[in-house]
Amino acid sequence: MTRETIFNAVLLLGLIAVPTWALIMDQPFTITLATRAVILALAAAGLNIALGIGGLVSLGHAVFFGIGGYAMGILAHHAQSYTAMMQWPFVIEGTKFMPVIWLVACLVAGLIAWVIGILSLRTTGAYFIMITLAFGQMFYYFAVSWSAYGGEDGMSIYVRNDFPGLNTLAPIQFYGLCLTLLVIVLIFTARLRKSPFGLALNAARQVPARLDAVGLNPVRLKLVAFVISGVITGLAGALFADLNRFVSPTMFSWQFSGEIMVLVILGGVGRLFGPVAGAVTFVALEHFLGGLTEFWHIFLGMILLAVVLFARGGITGLVAGKEASHD
Amino acid sequence: MSTILIIEQVLNGLQSGVMLFLMAAGLTLIFGVMGLINLAHGSLYMVGAFAAAAVAGLTGSFVLALIAALAAAALAGAVIETLVIRRLYDSDHLDQVLATFALILIFSEGTRWVFGSFPLFLDIPDALSGPVTLPGGIEYPLYRLALIVAGLLVGIGLWVLIERTRVGIQIRAGENDREMIAALGVDISKLYTLVFALGAALAGLAGALVGAIQSVQVGMGEPVLILAFVVIVIGGIGSIKGAFIGALLVGLTDTLVGIFLPEVLKLFMEAAPATSTGSAIASMSIYILMSLVLIWRPSGLFGARA
Repeated sequence: MTRETIFNAVLLLGLIAVPTWALIMDQPFTITLATRAVILALAAAGLNIALGIGGLVSLGHAVFFGIGGYAMGILAHHAQSYTAMMQWPFVIEGTKFMPVIWLVACLVAGLIAWVIGILSLRTTGAYFIMITLAFGQMFYYFAVSWSAYGGEDGMSIYVRNDFPGLNTLAPIQFYGLCLTLLVIVLIFTARLRKSPFGLALNAARQVPARLDAVGLNPVRLKLVAFVISGVITGLAGALFADLNRFVSPTMFSWQFSGEIMVLVILGGVGRLFGPVAGAVTFVALEHFLGGLTEFWHIFLGMILLAVVLFARGGITGLVAGKEASHD
Repeated sequence: MSTILIIEQVLNGLQSGVMLFLMAAGLTLIFGVMGLINLAHGSLYMVGAFAAAAVAGLTGSFVLALIAALAAAALAGAVIETLVIRRLYDSDHLDQVLATFALILIFSEGTRWVFGSFPLFLDIPDALSGPVTLPGGIEYPLYRLALIVAGLLVGIGLWVLIERTRVGIQIRAGENDREMIAALGVDISKLYTLVFALGAALAGLAGALVGAIQSVQVGMGEPVLILAFVVIVIGGIGSIKGAFIGALLVGLTDTLVGIFLPEVLKLFMEAAPATSTGSAIASMSIYILMSLVLIWRPSGLFGARA
């Protein structure tokens, strides 16, 4: 067992042990914090596929997070107000049923990721960063001006959506649901990295010319990675909206795109559990530093600068050393 | 829809375009010479606006406020270049994005710490307040007209600096081959600091000038920064000419579509949905413009390479 495997196991155990302890001690707020960390980790795990394996520096991942959020918000809004979403050509009703909401969130996020990917992947490097950032801003302003769904104020959903067999309003049950989804995504990511697709994608990041030479299209591989990445972040957005029972244009904001990226970098880019380590650290910092000073972002900025300038591997890199071989 | 309204809106579009150009010119210069993508450029815009508002509040002089904006932004630029940015020239874009994102957090929260969360106000100087009558009987705010003129003058000044002076030759040489000009005895790190401070000063100037018609507040720089990115993507990274044309295109599109699309839609549908649909689509117009340029020319209108 490598140090990284041990570190990952400790993280996962912590994600089970801490909320269990909080349940026994009757500390629901700790469970909510843990849920927030798990959902942010899921969003970052999505970005980690595009960024860590595919090398796509996307500063627009809040788009997919926001789409997931609004998928939940719009469906639940129509369900709670008993209005149909669409009357013509056929009637579409809203729903409070989580699996359907997730499916819609993933499909729409994937579709939008495909369109943004096709456009942005015509370019590379700095252009790609600026373009993804710009598309993020486009969705932000669109959500702000979309007055039918709350515009700038966003929408409140009064009751958390349903999942068969669970009482989702009990914090620990909703937490368990989110953690299960995170673990499924992490298992998927681990298998993806070892699959022929993952290996080819890795090569597409490192030496696209060689991929061309063996007859694989690096741009198409990156597009698929971008779509998968968007789908996962979209799912996280739907869960995040359900956690807060509130959606607003801030889910689309460029700051949030930056924060998702910070989570990945803080934890260790390209590492399987990097997003988890990053999200847990971020939520802990937010809670403890935020309790000390309302200007805690200054310290977040300084920590981030230190990581970028001096600790390239992030937390996983500090704890577990460099990856044995960058596979 | 009268001709007067159209001319007014075109002038508004030009005004926001030339201000965008001041931002985009600095960004594209920094990218062209140092290969650096600088997210903190919006923070320098904010620094300029706050310095201007603070000095104008103390002295009441708009000229002193502008000088303070230029000085504060250039100084902030030189300091972050020396302390942080310099270490990033050889890093990949990801590191540059993260480090400059960290700088945004530090600048924004630091400014909030010093000045508080409430917006400051910077008054238009008396000499430039009030409307002016243009040929054809159009009344237009003098200050906005002055912004257009100021932006164009700075653009010409920048062109002279880059095309006609020794420093400009070094900057252009730096874009092409940094090892070579270092070998020829140009102090490359001093040149980099200079270019960064110049870009910062342009951003600070734009912040101060626009600050007089909007409120001066934390976070004011980033929306402008992202618009400037759109400008650069359209114009082509590294090209000042591209930044100028891109900025005018974006400024005009943003203003004109926002005003006229709802009016056009009213011809086809009822007034209320026309206004809401129109403003929703208008908010996306410049990004649609960017997408079209990308499909047509992935490296921008005047970009040398992708």
